[in-house]
Amino acid sequence: MPVISVVKDADARTMTVTARFDAPIGRVWQVWSDPRQLERWWGPPMYPATVTEHDLARGGTVTYYMTGPEGERHGGWFRVRAVDPPHNLELDAGFADADGHAIPETPTAVIRVALSEPAGGGTQMTITTAWASDEAMEQMLATGMEAGMTAAVGQIDALLDLSAQA
Amino acid sequence: MAESERADALFHALADPTRRDILAVVLRDAYSVSDLARRYPISFAAVHKHVGALERAGLVTKTRHGREQRVRGDVATLRSAHRLLDDLEALWRGRIDRIDQLLADSTEGARQCP
Repeated sequence: MPVISVVKDADARTMTVTARFDAPIGRVWQVWSDPRQLERWWGPPMYPATVTEHDLARGGTVTYYMTGPEGERHGGWFRVRAVDPPHNLELDAGFADADGHAIPETPTAVIRVALSEPAGGGTQMTITTAWASDEAMEQMLATGMEAGMTAAVGQIDALLDLSAQA
Repeated sequence: MAESERADALFHALADPTRRDILAVVLRDAYSVSDLARRYPISFAAVHKHVGALERAGLVTKTRHGREQRVRGDVATLRSAHRLLDDLEALWRGRIDRIDQLLADSTEGARQCP
């Protein structure tokens, strides 16, 4: 399993996922920098992502939507706060409408991605998601039931993986 | 309930569009199962079953109100920061696995087409 650790801190409103991949750092960077590769993993299997805009320069915008089982679209956006290929990427992330426009008054999070080359080979990726406030974190679920559902679909993925290993 | 059973119940509850709709309705206000049954072109028994699935997932609670039971969405469950983080953890575990698969696929591709 590539996931090394998941550290959840409800008080600090952060979650940090650390994973290690058996691939060179430049190759792992591509899963973020290539929109066609980003769409292959961002959305859960029942909610595949389509990236509509992808500018990973500082200040640039990435927009995408995920298509649900009944054809409904859930939009999202990133704004690039900082980028240093192939090591660091810092994004603001939020909800968008079907056309990719940010929905005002909806919660946003900051996603920090750090890639490094640990001794022994491969690439380590650390992803930290942070919310500005408890309200932003709660709203993410309370106002965005769909986001909760998307996450629930992710849960079944995890369960299927567990049962496949058993 | 074990974590995997809880997640299973949650996924099962949310996988059905009628149940998602019922949950959205009872998050706004409490309804009896009969009230809910009138909203959908399905039998009372079917609605009762949907409510049962939502209840097992901890997404709704039933409270007795005179002769009837009213169903209400459990906002506390939904808003729980820990729950949100659990869901987010599962989402990211799925993403990491898909990245791993994507990297493995491209390595195989490179081997096949040197």
